[in-house]
Amino acid sequence: MTRSYQKHLVDMLLYAVLILGALSMLGPFLWMISVSFREPAAQFSRNIIPHPFTLQPYVDLFQSLPNHAFAYLTFNSFKLSILTVIGQVLTCAMAAFVFAVVKFKGRDLLFALLLATLVIPTQVSLIPNFIIFKYLHLIGTQWPLILPAFWGGAFGTFLLRQYFLTIPRDLIDAARMDGASLFDIFWRVYLPLSKPAVAALSIFVFKDAWNDLLHPLVYLPTDMQKTTLTVGLAFFQQQLQMGGKFTVLMAGAFLSIVPLLIIFFIAQRQFIEGIALSGVRR
Amino acid sequence: MTYGLKPLGREQLWMWLMLVPTMIGLAFGTIGSLLATLGLSFFNWDLITPPVWAGLSNYTALFQNKDYIEAFVNTLKFSALYVPAVVGISLVLAVMLNRKLRGVEVFRTVYFLPTVTSAVATALVWNMIYGKDTGILNWILEGAGLPPICWLCTDHAMMSVVIVNVWGAIGEGMIIFLAGLTAIPRDYYEASALDGASSLQQFFTVTVPLITPSIFFQTLISAINAFQAYDYIYMLTRRGQGDSTVPVAVYSIYRNAFHFFRMGGASAQAIQLAVLVAIFMGIMFWWERHYVVYE
Repeated sequence: MTRSYQKHLVDMLLYAVLILGALSMLGPFLWMISVSFREPAAQFSRNIIPHPFTLQPYVDLFQSLPNHAFAYLTFNSFKLSILTVIGQVLTCAMAAFVFAVVKFKGRDLLFALLLATLVIPTQVSLIPNFIIFKYLHLIGTQWPLILPAFWGGAFGTFLLRQYFLTIPRDLIDAARMDGASLFDIFWRVYLPLSKPAVAALSIFVFKDAWNDLLHPLVYLPTDMQKTTLTVGLAFFQQQLQMGGKFTVLMAGAFLSIVPLLIIFFIAQRQFIEGIALSGVRR
Repeated sequence: MTYGLKPLGREQLWMWLMLVPTMIGLAFGTIGSLLATLGLSFFNWDLITPPVWAGLSNYTALFQNKDYIEAFVNTLKFSALYVPAVVGISLVLAVMLNRKLRGVEVFRTVYFLPTVTSAVATALVWNMIYGKDTGILNWILEGAGLPPICWLCTDHAMMSVVIVNVWGAIGEGMIIFLAGLTAIPRDYYEASALDGASSLQQFFTVTVPLITPSIFFQTLISAINAFQAYDYIYMLTRRGQGDSTVPVAVYSIYRNAFHFFRMGGASAQAIQLAVLVAIFMGIMFWWERHYVVYE
């Protein structure tokens, strides 16, 4: 009796802590949404319910930023993120397949070398890459963001290889009997069977590319027709805050996270499994 | 790993073709760049005039440059605050959410949300929240009868930036720990409950020892992220010319490389950062061998 009473008390306490924590996690998002539906005069109001409620900040976002900047920024973010997903999934899957399935000399050494690169800080590769792209006259174009997406990566290769290793080997023997080549086995057997892992990787890569600030900042000009949402928002922050247009800024911030929120709510399981998978050693 | 398909005849070619992108990545993206950065650090180069041999001067300059020492100390301070906070909070959170409670799924989703959304977008609203006269946090302080804080001024900016970074990272840590927790067999808890252990005792005698692999992993990831933290710091503390109220090492590297085009100096800083990561990993792996329990 006392035991169950105690358990109830603990549960209540737990709920209280969890709800308080949840409020501080959600609070900034709620505030962002709230401010984005306000009149400029009410932008610093302490009332979280916008009063009067208005869509004007969203209209301003598309109409008052010069040269359709927000539409361009959104388009560029989508374009670059989707290209990055295609590049990463394709090149990481090919390498992961070879590392998981084929036996060749030096395989384990090469794989270990690839994994070791996981801990090389981004800053270390950024300087020489900048110099190479500068000599190729590609600084100011989107190529320095697209090309590296097509040269594989340790994280994606590791994640897919882990999954490939769980596919029964009998399938290879069966495919071999039917005269399938190495690439056939990859393309017709392994890839179709690995949809969950490919989905998890795609979501991760999309998220990272969409949220990337550093690389577009370094490689792309501050030209709103060429750069991405993250750089654009950082640029407009100064301008809009100076002009006291926090409502428009919050509308932009909220719209910029909507695609990820949608993906997250649809594919929450893959998201979480992907992270858990990356944390599982051996 | 002894299994494996032997490539037949022309398949050998196919196999290497499938590895070509990864090889290019190793050559230009990672291993190659590490060597290139190391090489560059021995030169002075502004990308306009030809590079000039500088020997070790870029490295010795690091120890004399006040700005860089400040940035480096800031990185260490930031990491010392950020890493224990992320690991501790996300572990406790995972333990709280690892039980059959109504609404657990909702809580997990909510705590995970800041991990998904971009630092740039959320920093914009944090900037409002931290506002001196118009920010929510100071209203709360005012309501509690406390004096307002200038959250993003020099005195408090480090703390404010750490809070936002922790806020953005505990969701991911929580998932890592939840994955580790589900792997602990129920019997262990039942056995210790029979011995009369309280929940708190169970946490320290069963959970923590058995979850050391996840703690190890999460500490490593958090530290690597801490050494490279950039987005929130850029968004919340930047000033003109690539300067910041909380200049960290990474900030200094970008500033040198892409504002002042001092490629050699920036490379030396990048190498120093890589060495810091390597030393930290060395310590962690030593610790792993002695204290981490794998089943």
